[in-house]
Amino acid sequence: MATPDNVPDAAADPVRPTADPVRTVLDAGEISRALTRITHEILERNHGSAEVVLLGIPKRGVPLARRIARRMGEVEGREIRSGALDVTMYRDDLRLKPARALEHTETPDDVDDKIVVLVDDVLMSGRTIRAALDALGELGRPRAVQLAVLIDRGHRELPIRADFVGKNLPTALTEKVRVRLGESDDTEDAVAIVGPATGGAA
Amino acid sequence: MKKHLLSAGDLTRDDAVRVLDTAAELLGVAQRPIKKLPTLRGRTVVNLFFEDSTRTRISFEAAAKRLSADVINFSAKGSSVSKGESLKDTALTLQAMGADAVVIRHHFSGAPHRLAAAGWTNGAVVNAGDGTHEHPTQALLDAFTMRSHLMADAAPEPGAPAGPSGGMGRDLAGKNITIVGDVLHSRVARSNALLLHTLGANVTLVAPPTLLPVGIDTWPVETSYSLDDSLEKADAVMMLRVQHERMNASYFPSAREYSRRYGLDTTRMNRLPDHAIVLHPGPMNRGMEITADVADSGRSVIVEQVTNGVAVRMAVLYLLVGGSTNDEGEA
Repeated sequence: MATPDNVPDAAADPVRPTADPVRTVLDAGEISRALTRITHEILERNHGSAEVVLLGIPKRGVPLARRIARRMGEVEGREIRSGALDVTMYRDDLRLKPARALEHTETPDDVDDKIVVLVDDVLMSGRTIRAALDALGELGRPRAVQLAVLIDRGHRELPIRADFVGKNLPTALTEKVRVRLGESDDTEDAVAIVGPATGGAA
Repeated sequence: MKKHLLSAGDLTRDDAVRVLDTAAELLGVAQRPIKKLPTLRGRTVVNLFFEDSTRTRISFEAAAKRLSADVINFSAKGSSVSKGESLKDTALTLQAMGADAVVIRHHFSGAPHRLAAAGWTNGAVVNAGDGTHEHPTQALLDAFTMRSHLMADAAPEPGAPAGPSGGMGRDLAGKNITIVGDVLHSRVARSNALLLHTLGANVTLVAPPTLLPVGIDTWPVETSYSLDDSLEKADAVMMLRVQHERMNASYFPSAREYSRRYGLDTTRMNRLPDHAIVLHPGPMNRGMEITADVADSGRSVIVEQVTNGVAVRMAVLYLLVGGSTNDEGEA
């Protein structure tokens, strides 16, 4: 997950009765098309899938990476597996909260001399990706690291950018971006902006 | 989870499963080219050992170092304690040095509790064995080892990884664990009885009547005087060390008789179910409570227990001091 601000699973509230308005910005079909486009962009940029290792960042980066791997496999005509990279132990905000549970890390392949594509749902401050780069450095030495995100909502705090973006979503800091995926949330895929409607600013 | 880890009985089922799940993830670190995580950088862990110990101290030291903590080892021998310094003064000295976690082993039961409750230190206190009372991290690593063997083939929860870290998210519900030997002096047995009960296992303690403590009927366990009666149903057998240093050799007639009645030999091991495993907290008295054949057999997970011990202690240190600690929370 990205920074605390955009954590969509804040206290895992499935149906929190909230006064904040919810605006759906991507539905299931649009998410699917965005992932298909990202898949083709990754293949185009890297001249095929031979060198590519897809690693999702828990929670929701992992199912996204799996979906991209499946699409990539369909295009390339072979089975492609994705992995997961837990960044919890590398975060810079560990001391601000009680210790968190760890997620699973597994790599489908050696990352040495490969092109690693990190996959996450929302890119905001860039701190999660910084932690991911540190975590990745201890697994091996990839030839290159690229970043694919479903949503780029701006508000960067570090010099990090995404190589493949599903949708650029300008947001206010008071708003939250909520991503729901079938695999992790048991509901239909959707991306929504949740937040106090700032007096007709939209 | 509470601020300190003093007793296995302090852990709820969810706490315990959380430690085991965290340990399962951390076990993978040992297989990486760089066996280190930056998580506890700048934190200080003091190993305060008033009693001899090799594996527990080394295990805690390795765990703290893999998490990048600074480790200060303190053993009573060759320190001011041999000049008569009290636990309080030692603790105050360590506090002045800024210990974030104090791992304490002491020959008196309750010393860790005293250290935690008296306010002599702000750090988290981890009990690494106190007298004949408790040894909670040993119980956690035993439970971890049992879970990875006994629960791995059970239908995993959706998304749970397979492999050595099997049993993710699960407890030990319904498993029969037999703990054999010197229960009276064993802090390992006490911590295991409490923790395994919390995790839903059925614990049977087997020992001669003289080596069962008074008040055992209040423990959440069954007891038996006969090892042979409890072998067939056991999913795991844990042999305890006969602690010669804590007894005046008057609890049983002879070492040979003890070994005949309560020792685990090949004949007894062959009567265990096929999936059953054999544990021993170490150090072993080969030929006494366990024969060399059994200790070196495929059923024995004794070496694995040591490996798992580092991961479990990393998990405990991470969960206690990896996040915000009290003084930082107030700041």
